[in-house]
Amino acid sequence: MPSAAPRAGDPMITPELVAEHGLTSDEYDRLVGMLGRTPTFTELGIVSALWSEHCSYKHSRNLLATLPTAAPYVLQGPGENAGVISIGDGLAVAFKIESHNHPSAVEPYQGAATGVGGILRDVFTMGARPIALLNSLRFGSLDSPRTRYLFAGVVKGIGDYGNCVGIPTVAGEVVFDSAYDGNPLVNAMCVGLMHESDLIRAKAEGVGNPIIAVGARTGRDGIHGASFASEDLSEASDAKRPRVQVGDPFTEKLLLEASLELIKSGHIVAIQDMGAAGLTSSSAEMAERGDVGITIDVTRVPVRESGMTPYEILLSESQERMLVVAIRGHEAEVSAILAKWDLAAEEIGEVIAEPVYRVTEGKTVVAEFPGSRLVTECPRFSPAAREDPRIRDLRAIDTSSIAPRDEESDPLWTLLQLLASPTVASKAWAYRQYDSTVRTNTVIGPGGDAAVLRVRGTNKALAMKTDCNGRYTYLHPRTGGRIAVAEAARNVACTGARPMAITNCLNFGNPRRPEVYHQLKEAIAGMAEACSALSTPVTGGNVSLYNESPRGAVYPTPVVGMIGLIESLDHITRSTFQSPGDAIVLLGDSADDLGGSEYLATVHGLVAGTPPDCDLERERNSIEALLEAIREGCVASAHDCSDGGLAVALAECCIANVSAQTGAEIDFREIQGVSTRGLLFGESQARFVVSSQSPQRVLDIATRHGVTARNIGRVSGERDGFRLTTNDAFIDVDLGTLSTAYHDSIPQLMSATPGAVAVAETSLVSA
Amino acid sequence: MKFGIVTFPGSNCDYDAYRAVVDSLGETAVYLWHKERDLQSSDVIILPGGFSYGDYLRAGAIARFSPIMIDVAAHAQRGGIVLGICNGFQVACEAGLLPGALLRNSHLQFISAPATLRVETTATRFTSSYAEGDLITLPVAHGEGRFTADESTLDKLEGDGRVIFRYVDSAGVATPDANPNGAERNIAGIVNDRGNVLGMMPHPERALDNLLGSDDGLGVFESLLARVAA
Repeated sequence: MPSAAPRAGDPMITPELVAEHGLTSDEYDRLVGMLGRTPTFTELGIVSALWSEHCSYKHSRNLLATLPTAAPYVLQGPGENAGVISIGDGLAVAFKIESHNHPSAVEPYQGAATGVGGILRDVFTMGARPIALLNSLRFGSLDSPRTRYLFAGVVKGIGDYGNCVGIPTVAGEVVFDSAYDGNPLVNAMCVGLMHESDLIRAKAEGVGNPIIAVGARTGRDGIHGASFASEDLSEASDAKRPRVQVGDPFTEKLLLEASLELIKSGHIVAIQDMGAAGLTSSSAEMAERGDVGITIDVTRVPVRESGMTPYEILLSESQERMLVVAIRGHEAEVSAILAKWDLAAEEIGEVIAEPVYRVTEGKTVVAEFPGSRLVTECPRFSPAAREDPRIRDLRAIDTSSIAPRDEESDPLWTLLQLLASPTVASKAWAYRQYDSTVRTNTVIGPGGDAAVLRVRGTNKALAMKTDCNGRYTYLHPRTGGRIAVAEAARNVACTGARPMAITNCLNFGNPRRPEVYHQLKEAIAGMAEACSALSTPVTGGNVSLYNESPRGAVYPTPVVGMIGLIESLDHITRSTFQSPGDAIVLLGDSADDLGGSEYLATVHGLVAGTPPDCDLERERNSIEALLEAIREGCVASAHDCSDGGLAVALAECCIANVSAQTGAEIDFREIQGVSTRGLLFGESQARFVVSSQSPQRVLDIATRHGVTARNIGRVSGERDGFRLTTNDAFIDVDLGTLSTAYHDSIPQLMSATPGAVAVAETSLVSA
Repeated sequence: MKFGIVTFPGSNCDYDAYRAVVDSLGETAVYLWHKERDLQSSDVIILPGGFSYGDYLRAGAIARFSPIMIDVAAHAQRGGIVLGICNGFQVACEAGLLPGALLRNSHLQFISAPATLRVETTATRFTSSYAEGDLITLPVAHGEGRFTADESTLDKLEGDGRVIFRYVDSAGVATPDANPNGAERNIAGIVNDRGNVLGMMPHPERALDNLLGSDDGLGVFESLLARVAA
């Protein structure tokens, strides 16, 4: 077969065209060296997508290799569509998190919706039925109409997509900070359940096997989505709105059912989502994993519009499409299953023995790469890393020297400010738009420390949660990386689950800037340390770089999605106080940890100081102590202490559950060596607020694990209010006041501009 | 008793209905594919929740043309029992099995939350095992749940005792705040004039186990079993 030749009508390859495709001259030289000739326009397009940061991980791959990935129960680590762990009984859990930041910044509704669609496909292409969705969101200040527009649009996009497909959205987090003005972060996570025997990998195998395109037709939407996601956002980004794909959750639901049926049928050997960089990356990656050649004829790809060039067909990111490698001779059975679900299927190529990646247009070769070098020869970079001295200076600020505001003489004022801070306040405004109960497994839905879903046919349950504190990571990336893992572990432990494994989504700025690469490197190092210490390997994830707008980079935000396993339904534990009369026990040590706190940000408008130390041995011990106490049946509720500190955590235990609020009587007078401000609002790590009918047993278990524990009060009735005493301060407030601050804050802010919300209401799905 | 659960493309509560019948009630259930013309001798037909055909046109508007709906209508005509939940309620209205229509929620947002309902009558095949005035909690999860009909139809529904569930507050009062979607007269569920077709927006099949927050939905199914068995 002749090698690829320029195609009539394609532009000439010029240095400008190469630059427009985001390739550096070094990368271009590498490409020419690999081909031994000038690339065709189609080949240039293919390489620009596959070597984009989004597809190639070229600035992060070396660092990611340092993360721990092994445990006896890990069935599939990084490198596949999703990670998979065994949970016993022949069952396994597939899970993965992915970003859709750039699309959501310019088109929040579709950007978020297609993010959900993509992560669902990543999970069901492993052979798992999706059982839950989570999302981790970061926006700028809610005072801005633009932020309200983005927030409303993203929430509606997530809801409409997940609701329609029928997968419950059960947990997540929403953080508001002006560091994300102009560059919101939208990370979507999916968890799926499967029989271990149904596990399938996206690995092309079997010379002669047909390659089949399934699902939606290919259109011109989303072309260059992957490279768009690999550059900084700018004023010009709005013009790239057409690069954002459009979602169709109805077709997704059909694809989900058809794919699971195909996998079970045994008529296929591999299946993969056509996600970022569409047909190009799905086919190249499947070939590379199977170490085989592949040939594709673009004229056989079902298209939405006529006149599409090979370049466009290969780079389209039209949604709800899958690539399937079937067993030769079984095409009719495959087609029949797809036809049942009204889905189109077209054979577009086949697996070949010759080690090439070849694309033809009819009989004419338009792109051809030797072997799997297209994937394996992608450049890798370890650029210079250097901490920004301004951040070092911020960290050096002594937070105890920051004078309290006059209003702070009444700690209740401060507490109310924090409860009403959108980052701390109830997110019910968002999650009431998500169906969280469909599929009837949701034991604990949104609003708890972590979501809990029962596993049908067993006495087990799964806990899941996403976490990250970008402020900590900004001030000290290694600590931030550690805390992201530790906090997620604490959250699942609060429900009675043993933390098992994580998926991560690393949202950072432009890695070519040494100060950003420093953050990436350190944060990954911190995550690696915490994952090792807590025995929670990384099974996959996603890296999103270039999260920069003209206002600068976002906070480095390494989001962790954690899966925990609850061995018995009896161990499921809620975060809010359950019964008046129960004792309240604090596990862990409290220090003057105001650095990077929600308190400093909300009350003083400051992001400064050293974030709280994350002692991994303490984290592990406190988690072990909590889990033992839960197993022993002496824990009525357990809540992690994080944003806003201990006073906020205690208030949440009283008021978070609107239908069953309780009072509390707290006495801190025995706690020494920490300022009242630090005690109430500091964010020391490795702490839990536990309520119990048998506090002495909790104290004994904690002591045995070397964990500080003390009885700090008791749960009281709803009418008794919230009373808290320290050596020099006193709070006595009715629950209504706390509850209003916590529950009404976001609805009030969102009702400020109905116009902005209405814009986001322009939606695809009406119901 | 045999329950036939219709799967339209885009149905997503068919599985929940199936598990409810088999696991919680210990009865027999079969899925009925929307393109088939066979109810497989089912005693009760469930039109489940979801987004049939994506609900892109209008909820339920296309599903009602599915081949199996001819047989579902004939089943209802014969006095057979049909239970339309959420999207199934929308389909039943579109198919003319029930009066009225479900409009977009008045606040224009999807709403997913527990809802408190008052059982308005026990004189139906779907509510006989409740007590009149019982307050029950069932999840709602919909974007188009605002029941509406003209005044005379509403008056007739009320007069005939065919409004069987109403959204109320914790004190049992039908207030605007307790109404999750702006439904006329806080109506959450109705039956047809013969009393054999029920349409309701809340999900009784999601409320059969206290582990998941409520088992208040059991009454709907227990009522059915008692009546059909008798």
